[in-house]
Amino acid sequence: MDTRDELLRQGHLACPGCGLAVAMRLVLSVLGQKTIVVIIPSCEAVISATYPLSALKVPAFHSAFVIAGATASGISRALKIRGEDDITVLAFAGDGGTYDIGLQSLSGAAERNEDFIYVCLDNEAYMNTGIQASSSTPYCSWTITTPKGKREKKKKLMDIIVAHSVPYAATATIGYPEDLMEKVKKAKALRGTRFIHILAPCPTGWRMKEDLTGIVSILASETKVFPLYEVYDGEIYKITKMPKGLPVRDYLSIQGRFSHLKDEDIEEIQRNVDREWERLMYLVKRNEKA
Amino acid sequence: MVELLSGNYAIAEAVRLCDVDFIAAYPITPQTPIYEKISEMVSDGKIRGQMMRAESEHSAMAACISASLTGVRVFTASSSQGIAFMHEMLHFASGNRVPIVMGCVNRVVSSPWAFGSDQTDTLSQRDTGWLQLYCENGQEALDTVIMAYRVAETVFLPVMVIIDGFYTSHFIEPVDIPEKENVDRYLPPKNLPNRFDHRNPAFLQNVVDAFYYSEFKKRQFEDTLRAKDVIVEADRIFGDTFGRSYGIVEAVHLDDAEIGIVTSGAITSCARLSVRNLREKGIKAGLLKIKLFRPFPYEEVVRYLSHLKKVVVIDRNVSVGKGGIFCDELKASMCNLENRPQIYGFIGGLCGEDLPPELIEKITLYVLREEKPPEMPIWIHGTNF
Repeated sequence: MDTRDELLRQGHLACPGCGLAVAMRLVLSVLGQKTIVVIIPSCEAVISATYPLSALKVPAFHSAFVIAGATASGISRALKIRGEDDITVLAFAGDGGTYDIGLQSLSGAAERNEDFIYVCLDNEAYMNTGIQASSSTPYCSWTITTPKGKREKKKKLMDIIVAHSVPYAATATIGYPEDLMEKVKKAKALRGTRFIHILAPCPTGWRMKEDLTGIVSILASETKVFPLYEVYDGEIYKITKMPKGLPVRDYLSIQGRFSHLKDEDIEEIQRNVDREWERLMYLVKRNEKA
Repeated sequence: MVELLSGNYAIAEAVRLCDVDFIAAYPITPQTPIYEKISEMVSDGKIRGQMMRAESEHSAMAACISASLTGVRVFTASSSQGIAFMHEMLHFASGNRVPIVMGCVNRVVSSPWAFGSDQTDTLSQRDTGWLQLYCENGQEALDTVIMAYRVAETVFLPVMVIIDGFYTSHFIEPVDIPEKENVDRYLPPKNLPNRFDHRNPAFLQNVVDAFYYSEFKKRQFEDTLRAKDVIVEADRIFGDTFGRSYGIVEAVHLDDAEIGIVTSGAITSCARLSVRNLREKGIKAGLLKIKLFRPFPYEEVVRYLSHLKKVVVIDRNVSVGKGGIFCDELKASMCNLENRPQIYGFIGGLCGEDLPPELIEKITLYVLREEKPPEMPIWIHGTNF
């Protein structure tokens, strides 16, 4: 990628090794200059810098925490009223702003099939406020508010989004940038509510070395913890990167947030992951049979 | 053209006349008929704008803010819990300097659950930076929505146009609907700036430091004070164009009065009758209707009331632990005067409880007999005057 085309400027305020910043770069590079970005309180807001500076080379609006879906809806509709059809409205929200506090706003927009791309940059906890658990935090994961590990499973966000029959929903990681960019490209070509769920590792919150962001992203996919797939119109499931099926231990053992896990915990996580994979494969094949 | 309209439908007519581009709303009693009527008008093509069926009032306001920043004329309406639920976004709207007009239909804020009129829903939002205009009837509400767009798009501040739930929102009265071409002439041309300009990309509303925070807040404060003159001017030109004007306050028989009654909203109509009846009995009563609540018209309050011996303030709202909110603001406006009237605060008409002219007369006579006002308000409910 030619750095002159970068829409996220050098000097942004991400921590070293931040997966979010890489994801933001990749997404923006595909969408291009004719994009309006909605940001809500999150690491994205911090990365984007403080007044009067901006790390983004495109127009952006930092609205309230709850409200990425409705804010993007308002801009998208106003652009149509003004007859400006060549601009992509993009919402960047974290897992807290998507899974938790912003779910209602996103659901309202998705049900109305508002015309924008929503990218959930999922680092699996409230990292901006200092590592508190969200409903995206995985089972057993340490955070400051789950000191002995979270007892609840990660919310199945993609299932909720798919239940809205949106034209396009996909998962991606920065471990496979071509796959991620291809999905953004597909989303850009469609209309209506398009949703991309990006796993964006956070070395600070995941308690791992800063140079592991890329590797842990790859392992998330290859262990089937975070499979890479897309869903069209809430019906048609496609796997975009078939995982090798490495043991989940490979993914968990390089992250400090899982360092307290016992063998039986890891075995349980493995069973959960295998079950979820079978379910996903059922959805893929159900469609192939039809 | 005169038509029989409820206050809610009068507001919907105003939205049509103002060529609003984008409406986002959510149902709540007693505002819902505004949402329904506008949906019908959009569906029939009488309004060319878009209606967004929001999933909450919070989202409705958020979408209005972002659509307005994109450069289109927007409207929403709400009541009670809906306005309370919007609270966060109301601060965003004024801080972002968006010219949103919102129809507010006063209803109690729970708990207890109830539906009648009570201004506490909008008055609870007094520190959100919205201009607030309280209307007496459907005609004034229709006219004030039109004025509100002129004001909002001049000073770039959001405006609440407020009516009493049920009394004004549902009562059907003759309302004169202005000619569309006159409204077009009266309003500024629709040329709102699109803040998302790709030739000059900016990051709106990003984090500021303490210096810039105070810079922005101070500017907002000063512009809000200046908005008063803009409202006065909008009202005057409205009068020239349509033959009706209201003022930011309205003084009735206060020049020679010994006692003044202060009201806002629908109670004013009853108080007008009380003043007439009291004068027939030889009591020199007068009336001050306060229409503009933010910015508070303290100069006008002082001008019309400071020469009186006694003032009766009737509040259909309550700040629990303090008193009626209009009364409080009025007292604060006069606190630095050397000679000021005794101010008697009354709380009444909550949840639409009846406040007939005879009761307001009794209250006035009671105040005339009293020597000193109590510090705390007098509850009309349960008091035998």
